[in-house]
Amino acid sequence: MSEGSEASVESLEQVAKRLRRHVVSMIATAGSGHPGGSLSAADIVATLFFRVLRHNREDPGWPDRDRFILSKGHAGPILYAALAEAGYFPVEELSTLRKLDSRLQGHADAGLTPGVEMSSGSLGMGLSFAIGVALAARLDSRAYRTYALLSDGECQEGQTWEAALSAAHFRLDNLLAIVDFNGLQLSGWTRDIMNLEPFVEKWQAFGWHTIDIDGHDIPRILSACSEAEGVKGKPTVIIARTVKGKGVSFMENNVAFHGKAPKKDETERALKELE
Amino acid sequence: MAEASTREAFGKALVELGRVNPQLVVLDADLSPSTMTNFFASEFPDRFFSCGIQEQNMIGIAAGLAASGKTVVASTFAIFASCRCYDQLRLCLSQTGANVKVVATHGGITVGEDGISHHAIEDLALYCALPGFTVVVPADAVEAAEAVRAAVSTPGPVYIRLSRGKTPVVYPEGYEFTPGQAVTMRQGNDATIIATGIMVAMALEAADALARQNVDCRVINVHTLKPLDEKSLVTAASEAGAIVVAEEHLAQGGLGSRVAQVLAREKPVPAAFVNLGDRYAESGTAEQLLQRYGLTVRAVEEATRTVVGRK
Repeated sequence: MSEGSEASVESLEQVAKRLRRHVVSMIATAGSGHPGGSLSAADIVATLFFRVLRHNREDPGWPDRDRFILSKGHAGPILYAALAEAGYFPVEELSTLRKLDSRLQGHADAGLTPGVEMSSGSLGMGLSFAIGVALAARLDSRAYRTYALLSDGECQEGQTWEAALSAAHFRLDNLLAIVDFNGLQLSGWTRDIMNLEPFVEKWQAFGWHTIDIDGHDIPRILSACSEAEGVKGKPTVIIARTVKGKGVSFMENNVAFHGKAPKKDETERALKELE
Repeated sequence: MAEASTREAFGKALVELGRVNPQLVVLDADLSPSTMTNFFASEFPDRFFSCGIQEQNMIGIAAGLAASGKTVVASTFAIFASCRCYDQLRLCLSQTGANVKVVATHGGITVGEDGISHHAIEDLALYCALPGFTVVVPADAVEAAEAVRAAVSTPGPVYIRLSRGKTPVVYPEGYEFTPGQAVTMRQGNDATIIATGIMVAMALEAADALARQNVDCRVINVHTLKPLDEKSLVTAASEAGAIVVAEEHLAQGGLGSRVAQVLAREKPVPAAFVNLGDRYAESGTAEQLLQRYGLTVRAVEEATRTVVGRK
């Protein structure tokens, strides 16, 4: 049932590049959106959707599918790009992002878009939702795994830590959180706005197995996901060190592109860099 | 009138529902001995999740379980079920129409001695502002059990507000509850008293007193604030020509506001409102607080005489 589960690292890198191009194009066409946090997550999302997750585009509600929960809802474009490339809806539909009557809302909407599991956009809620999904797997004796993608910034929300506490309490070893740790949030560096460090130690203290990786190193993302599957009795979090805006030189580590669409010439330059 | 506890009725109904519905799961935020979800917990420990003192997390977990095919009842005190997790209610339940029933006990000022931090007097306004939510305030224990059964068997998000103390029983066993359909408890055409929750019993008592003064009042129990039974309200306003709305809630956003909006559009008539106005109460016994803050049979009676005089 898996989509492209045998994809090689090279082909995953190509997919990630395609997803990045979609992100730039769709946000440019929309004229608004959040490119930085989609680009930082591109390698993670490509690796999950085209190698790790068991899912079925013909049957988005397949009860045994692995669940991908996008907690950082402003990164909807990277999820939409992956779903389109995986065949959930036509790639052409990506150009409708943020427009009236579109299934691709400004922030992900589970009721509208095939393959979107949770509505998000207000930060800090996805891990709680993922716990509910993981508990349901246990109740129903289903083997699916639940993957939640968080931002580092949203870990400033108290609810994230309520969820961290309870996922460990419920011993949810079928739950994997991935923090897209790009270090930037809307108005600056997370360390300046509300420092999260010591971050890895916090998760450990909350009872999680932690894996600290380069979030753009696809073989490392793959090995971390495999390692997580072998961890029993506790949830795992991958702290994926990423670069906000990754892949587009002038967006990288540039807080201005947290929530701003590229202009025409910027779009052309960005797409050229992503060829 | 005999009295019975709405939260105990809820706790017992939940156990019966758990026996016939294997998809039913119950979430608690460290209040199960008070909300009486502990009955369910002891019979179905695998389907009961204590979420600790984490109302926001509990609503998120509820949404995840519901998205995975479960029918979820999440329970805590009304104050925390509304004010503490509103953004979660909005994004995770209302926006997606999640199959989650928030059943809250300890609504209103009759919580009593715990004081204003524990008096949920704005919960109905908050829940009524959430698109897709059904909002129910049962009048007694019989109706509470029926409302819980109806909520669990109907898809979509529901809020049910129950009380801490015992409530006069106004319905016989076997009473059939239909969500969204107001119940005319007593006929009369001099005025209509529209009430919800604990105010229904007081409205009936006020109507008895008024009948002795040759004022014949209709009494309507609006157990479902949303969706509102507009037809019954318009008919009552047309036939009786004056209304009184009584509720254990602030003036803004509750039953009074909702009824006024409908009647202003469809059938404007003289109206009076018995509620908590725009202020918090204080610590005291439930009975003392009802007296001091004007939720009494006498207050309903006087309001009714006033509107009848304005016809």
